[in-house]
Amino acid sequence: MIAPENVKLAAPQFVTTPPVLTMRNMAKVYGDVVAVDNVDVTAYRGEVLGIVGESGSGKSTLLRMMNLEEQPDHGNYKLDIKKDIDNLFELDRFAQRQIQSRHIGIVYQNPHQGLLMKHSSSGNVAERLLIAGERSFAVLREKASDALASSEFPLTRMDAPPIELSGGMQQRVQLAKAIALEPELLLLDEPTTGLDVSVQALVLDTLKRLQQQRKITMVIVSHDLGVIRTMADRVMVMKSGKVVEQGLVDQVFQDPQHPYTQQLVHAKL
Amino acid sequence: MKLKSLSKPWEAVSYGFLDASAKREIRRKMLKAVAVPGCQMPYASREVPMARGWGTGGLQISLTLMNPKSIVKVIDQGADDSVNAASIRKFLTRVTDAKSTWDTLEANLIQSRHRIPEERLTRDQILVLQVPNPEPLRSVEPNMSIARQMHADADYSRMWLQLYEQIVRSGRVMQGASYPSMVNGRHVMTPSPIPRWDVPKLNMAENLTILSAGREKRIFAVPPHTKVEPLVFSDVPYKVEEHHNLTCARSNLQGYFMNEIPNEDGTSSYEVSDSHLGIKKLNEEDGDTNLIGDTWYKNGEWQS
Repeated sequence: MIAPENVKLAAPQFVTTPPVLTMRNMAKVYGDVVAVDNVDVTAYRGEVLGIVGESGSGKSTLLRMMNLEEQPDHGNYKLDIKKDIDNLFELDRFAQRQIQSRHIGIVYQNPHQGLLMKHSSSGNVAERLLIAGERSFAVLREKASDALASSEFPLTRMDAPPIELSGGMQQRVQLAKAIALEPELLLLDEPTTGLDVSVQALVLDTLKRLQQQRKITMVIVSHDLGVIRTMADRVMVMKSGKVVEQGLVDQVFQDPQHPYTQQLVHAKL
Repeated sequence: MKLKSLSKPWEAVSYGFLDASAKREIRRKMLKAVAVPGCQMPYASREVPMARGWGTGGLQISLTLMNPKSIVKVIDQGADDSVNAASIRKFLTRVTDAKSTWDTLEANLIQSRHRIPEERLTRDQILVLQVPNPEPLRSVEPNMSIARQMHADADYSRMWLQLYEQIVRSGRVMQGASYPSMVNGRHVMTPSPIPRWDVPKLNMAENLTILSAGREKRIFAVPPHTKVEPLVFSDVPYKVEEHHNLTCARSNLQGYFMNEIPNEDGTSSYEVSDSHLGIKKLNEEDGDTNLIGDTWYKNGEWQS
């Protein structure tokens, strides 16, 4: 067995495209718990990067950092949006919010976290556009309906509040909201957890189609290896705040090198 | 030297009821509010002999600003003769020895609840508006810590979202009073529950307007010649109440903001909301001339 520190990282097939997301030496400690321990992440334009790991492995903390919701203890974060910003974490909160709202989309596991449940579905999407400065009611309606249609949300229900919708529909509203401004980076935090298998498949199909059509860079965090296998081009395996293995999806799942990855891949109920 | 000569004669209360430190603080906060138009300044709202929510915020500002030469007008929803307006006016004149008036043109300090007089205010006048809820973001963000961050970030997208939702649900903007307005291009304020009809009167006005909420302990201001723009979508224009063609049943005035009086037969009649404007009109019909000053609206049309 190869020692973890000697696991070779596979060269991604996207190296010819510029990285959209570059994180270096990310670290976050909560009290005595090391949530993220000197992690490097690179995501290239148009790729889907999967992050897997057990609960408490640091993947959601890492995703929150990517969404600028969490400030790290140290680390460097660069997005390919403005060349003069070397580290997004050095910006003030207002500038971070501007970048977060215009260049990063996120779909949370819990729709209550990402949606205003009592506002209309179209209003939820419109909010994103309003933050970006759109002030025409007609344009808001048009862009909101476009985004909802792209997420395969039935437009007859576009003014229904999410609280009246099913879980799958709520995820579609979240997705429409996330892609309304055509972000450079789309973050998905367990997007299908809690949905039944048929709805999961529909949501994943929508995500795949959007990714192929728009070439959005996606980072998807999931416990479900099936979801990662279906969606991701590359995968990072995290344990105790560290990346223990990463590489192309087929390579990691068919020939896992690290003992923890082997355990994860071969785990059965 | 006798001890008596070193002390002032006994007084029941300080001049203007509030003690000197209270007035000093309120003056400082008013100056801050004027320096940052539309931004809410917290202050230690004092106890006054009136229940909170009945105009204690406006009362404290008036007491701080008044001197024996002041001429004060107090109105409650446009009326000088309502119980609340009469009580406040009586209290103000009693503790300051100032004069009171019903005439907008004569007053140099106007304390008002829910209306701005129809006659144009001048640079020599100060308008004090009583505010029940000073936080425009309260309806969209109940957490006040987050609301303050949103003010700091000038993130008012939720206010527009509220208007969006109203149009989606009702086909039009339903916000009747407290219409959220951007002050000086920076802070969104609630201009107290004045009707939409009155909001344009704050824009680039000659007079200083101070808004105060006693219960919520906040002062904010619109200095003279300051932009006050109601939040609107670029393709959905701001509309005031359609009172243009209504006629006052008492004074025959037309083209001003009216109160609706339901009749027993199910119909409605109307009375001009600015009650003293109606009195002036009646006096003009009795032979007096030039009583009514320049008004913001003429025949129901806004005069820029």
